[in-house]
Amino acid sequence: MFEGGHFPYWVFIFLMMTALYVVISRDNLIKKIIGLNIFQVSVIMFYIAMGEVQGGTAPIEAEGVTVFSNPVPHVLMLTAIVVGVATSAVALSLVVRINEAYGTIEEDELREVERGEEA
Amino acid sequence: MSGGSAAGLSTHLPALQIAVPLLSAALCMVLRRSRAAWVLAMAVAWSSFASACVILATVRRHGVISYAEGGWAPPLGIELRVDLLNALVLLVVTAICAIVLTASPRSLDQEVWPEHHSKIYSLYLLCMTGLAGMTVTGDAFNVFVFLEIASISSYALISQGTTRRALTSAIQYLVMGTIGGTFILLGIGMIYMVTGTLNMADMAARLAAVGPNRTVLVGLALIGVGTAIKLALFPLHIWLPNAYTYAPAIVTAFIAATGTKVAYYVLVRFTFSIFGAPLAFDELRLDAVLMPLAVAAMFAGSTVAIFQRDIKRMLAYSSVAQIGYMVLGLSFVSVTGLTGGLVHLFNHAVMKSCLFLVMAAVLLRTGSVRIEAMAGLGRRMPWTMAAFVVAGLSMIGVPLTVGFVSKWYLVLAALEAGLWPVAVLILLSSLLAILYIWRVVEVAYFEEPAADAPEVVEAPISLLGPIWVLAGATLVFGVFTSLSAGTAAAAARQLLGVGP
Repeated sequence: MFEGGHFPYWVFIFLMMTALYVVISRDNLIKKIIGLNIFQVSVIMFYIAMGEVQGGTAPIEAEGVTVFSNPVPHVLMLTAIVVGVATSAVALSLVVRINEAYGTIEEDELREVERGEEA
Repeated sequence: MSGGSAAGLSTHLPALQIAVPLLSAALCMVLRRSRAAWVLAMAVAWSSFASACVILATVRRHGVISYAEGGWAPPLGIELRVDLLNALVLLVVTAICAIVLTASPRSLDQEVWPEHHSKIYSLYLLCMTGLAGMTVTGDAFNVFVFLEIASISSYALISQGTTRRALTSAIQYLVMGTIGGTFILLGIGMIYMVTGTLNMADMAARLAAVGPNRTVLVGLALIGVGTAIKLALFPLHIWLPNAYTYAPAIVTAFIAATGTKVAYYVLVRFTFSIFGAPLAFDELRLDAVLMPLAVAAMFAGSTVAIFQRDIKRMLAYSSVAQIGYMVLGLSFVSVTGLTGGLVHLFNHAVMKSCLFLVMAAVLLRTGSVRIEAMAGLGRRMPWTMAAFVVAGLSMIGVPLTVGFVSKWYLVLAALEAGLWPVAVLILLSSLLAILYIWRVVEVAYFEEPAADAPEVVEAPISLLGPIWVLAGATLVFGVFTSLSAGTAAAAARQLLGVGP
């Protein structure tokens, strides 16, 4: 099952599905955001795994370095990490504001309050 | 660059579409004064629009513009690549940005604290950067980065609404939007794995050489789902009605007319230009998934819209239906169908931003956008409501309006493909549009205002001007279709590789 260097991909799939489940099933907004973070991290892992070359070293210019990992996915993921940080920052500040405005960050309670407002 | 400074500058226009709004966004933050920030944003938005016009004219005359960013030659360097398709989308996006921004000061004065205005304009420009970037770039990973720039700034913009519901709507959109964006990132990763390149043209060439394989198909499916979330394709539209309802009126007019349109462009670009129609529609049968969903969106969106008492929310659900029409056009996989989809992108942007600006005007004068507040407005705000009627008729698809042009192409494409039941469904769903537009017209023109209703006067000229520019556009482009339908048809032929 893990032969052929597929182990990182299994981990990535496991993380991704766990994260998606967390986002869907949890009502607490902070937990949802944690799920979202894991979701993004799983994709980052996927890219890093893809850049790996068996027996390769870090992509640096040095004596005796002939086989090295593909640096492009690593660089792409630097950008993706920044995107993830920005998303989390916006999400967390929204949660703070929601807590101030509603006094709760549980989605089921928020829904109840909002249903009450509509009626 | 060679040539005089003017000629030198014009070759950089695609890059300036990104760089100027991005840098000005930071400047807006520093300016702090509301009106100063607005003037700067206006200058940026209108000059972006002007340069988008120049770009479209250049592409029509000389063909595809390819711009090597930083002088690094593609496919290794990042390329900005503008052909007819994205030149048209860019024109729509920048035009709507500029027109909505022109209308913004009075409406924002009402809905947002003055000290936040400069931040709003800054976010507005950032969102514009993201949308323009997604449109002009020829690099797949760039699409993701710009998508997130546009998305994150729109989450922040939506959360600025007056009620606390704006906050929960924004976070709901954030969660779904991030999942969508990450799916797209994953899909791009899958293609990169197979092709080893991020340049779109290079990807297309290598994918054609590789042929169908499972990684590629999974990549396509992921990108399809990701863009469907961003596009708010039924049943992934859950974030849209709340976001549009509770955002400030100006933000709604801006995002409703640009955000989903650019997502549609991304879907078209990936399926037709990168994967190619044979792979996307013969191997994966994307059309068999998209067509039923599009038809479901047309009916579900319009039906729910009929029962809304909040008119902004009604228009939001109508957007879900209109997105259905656009996707339906794509799912025919024919030149006529794709033309219909693209021309509807243009047309829907014009009429929906007009309708949402009317809502901004109504909110400004009556303090509410619920249907009760519309009573008697036909006489008290005649010009505003007349614009609503014009754009509303276009929504239904009455001849001489832009809505008719799009539906004409869509029905034609359905008949061409031998799918006459779909043609009937398009017409039936238009009947639903009559119902929800008529509700508002009836209340506005044939009902007396409540006795305790506040005195209402016509909207200020700063709002009425942009509203009528857009309402005029729905009429003008309903008759003279060479810009919208002509360009869309040419772009569709390019995408499907049929004739010139």
